Amino acid sequence: MGRRKEDLDESKRSSGIQPVEEGRRSFLKGSLMLAGAAAAGGSAGLASVAQAGSLAIPESNKSMGREIEPKAYGMPSKYEAHVTRNRTDVFVNKQHWSDWSMTPLQHQKGIITPNGLFYERHHAGTPDINPEQHTLVVHGMVKQPLKFSMDDLMRYPSMSKFYFMECSGNGLTDWKTVKSTTVQQTHGLLGCAQWTGVPLSWLLDEAGLADGAKWVLLEGADGSAHLRSIPIEKCMDDVMIVWGMNGEMLRPENGYPLRAFIPGWEGNVCVKWLRRIKVGDKPWNARSETARYTDPMPEGKWRQFSFVMECKSVITSPSGGMKIPGPGRVEIEGFAWSGNGTIKAVDVTFDGGKTWREAKLEDPVLDKCLTRFRYSWDWDGGPAKIASRAVDSTGYVQPTVADIDKVRAITGFVQHHNGVFPWSVSSSGEVANAIA
Amino acid sequence: MLSRKLTAALVALTSAGLVAGAAWAGPGVKYGSPISEADVAALDIDIRTTDGAGLPPGKGSVAEGAKIFAEQCLDCHGEKAAGGSVFGPMVGGVGSFLTDKRKLTPGSMYPYAPILFDYMKRAMPMTAPQSLSDNEVYALSAYILNLNGLVKDDAVMDAKSLAAVEMPNKNGFLVDSRPDTKADRCMSDCKPIKE
Repeated sequence: MGRRKEDLDESKRSSGIQPVEEGRRSFLKGSLMLAGAAAAGGSAGLASVAQAGSLAIPESNKSMGREIEPKAYGMPSKYEAHVTRNRTDVFVNKQHWSDWSMTPLQHQKGIITPNGLFYERHHAGTPDINPEQHTLVVHGMVKQPLKFSMDDLMRYPSMSKFYFMECSGNGLTDWKTVKSTTVQQTHGLLGCAQWTGVPLSWLLDEAGLADGAKWVLLEGADGSAHLRSIPIEKCMDDVMIVWGMNGEMLRPENGYPLRAFIPGWEGNVCVKWLRRIKVGDKPWNARSETARYTDPMPEGKWRQFSFVMECKSVITSPSGGMKIPGPGRVEIEGFAWSGNGTIKAVDVTFDGGKTWREAKLEDPVLDKCLTRFRYSWDWDGGPAKIASRAVDSTGYVQPTVADIDKVRAITGFVQHHNGVFPWSVSSSGEVANAIA
Repeated sequence: MLSRKLTAALVALTSAGLVAGAAWAGPGVKYGSPISEADVAALDIDIRTTDGAGLPPGKGSVAEGAKIFAEQCLDCHGEKAAGGSVFGPMVGGVGSFLTDKRKLTPGSMYPYAPILFDYMKRAMPMTAPQSLSDNEVYALSAYILNLNGLVKDDAVMDAKSLAAVEMPNKNGFLVDSRPDTKADRCMSDCKPIKE
């Protein structure tokens, strides 16, 4: 692994919740854990206080640090090298062009997913597109077909919005059987960013919609020429054409230099490397909206154009693969989101769903955006089953897999898993996937 | 204070999702350059698969398709599209949707035959997408449909005949009507998660 000696020593000293498979923990959790144990009257906290004289002046106080480079793109600390976006390793594809990678949610420190950790889903790999040669065209049922260079688009007044994005296939490996270990594997087809661009409605208005325009095709400039049909009502409401992501240009794997962003809807409709917009009167019914991204339903049927990512939540700490060091205060943390609005409440359970308590939501609570929740749990050291359940601004309550099973057919490559996701906690503090 | 009428109108606007649109009132500038549909012709590859609108001139037979498949597709998709080194079978599966092991193939899954043309034209072969001629794509469509027992051995596919092929899953799709679950926000004495 090439991990440095001081790194290993540091992790040995830790007392907080640890991702067991990585042998790591966070400073913050370590200190909260100690404080909790002490406040609960335990002697463990006092016993952990360092012996006199053991806190030496660190080497970093006694030397010059690295000098500033004339020009550079800053990178995370070498001690964070274990925080990576990982290609799907539970459902393993035989080639890696039409494939996906997953966000390390257990390491995400706020509502924003760093660009280098944002999940990927491509259908023919990542193209490297020169923005000077990239052209967006708008045509079909419009009064005047138009083309736009990147410079043209970036002359408009731009706007920035915070929104989550989630793949419709998030959770597909873990409906009724335990396949995954970590929350990265169970929920990592999710990210949240500030997106910068212009409303699609401006470009459509400029071209002028013809009478009878009802659907809009978005098509990418990648090797799959990925396409989706989007209803005109959504296009004229809040769909954006974006080039910015978290304060910088999109990364190639996230659509550089231009992509669609469709707030609250499944990731694959947010077509990357966007090169063509065609207006029509009916949906195209492409392979990507019939044979893929559709939901198996009872009686052999399939549901299509199921765009919205419904209200969902998950506990990210503690989560699968971590270990709680001992009884006492445990800070429960997680994310909630809804493609239909804002998060109104999140409840947590510690007994597998028999009783629930309301968690605290952290500001900002934004429309179609990740929302952080927390709950201070005093763990008695016995076996527990923890989970979260979100409620959104429409009043919709996050269902369980059993609720979903009653109305859909959970078989095969199932999309739109927004079920309550439980983790088990063993009496030794080990946290594991408890979906089944 | 807002009048009751105005408040009601605002609430209606908000629930219709129109407030965001209103906040995004036009930029007051236009930066697009006019083009004609002829300028877009090379890019305009989409097929409306329900009726085949957009299918180009050209044609191809099952026999021609078999030859092209052997050269361009077999390595990944296997002999007779039964599944190969990279991708699973593209034949069979009709009737499997009524079991708990749904087998997804063009024959079992595609509701409209022109999906084959649209997808192969834009995305196949994976190593050289958009390299097949329209005649080659028609021929491959004929071959895959034939392997699935949906057209005869001597079939020739063109814009008209491809759109006319009846697919077994034609009526297999429902439009989204979620929310389809009605979970309660139970706080105590609740049914455990897995029941």
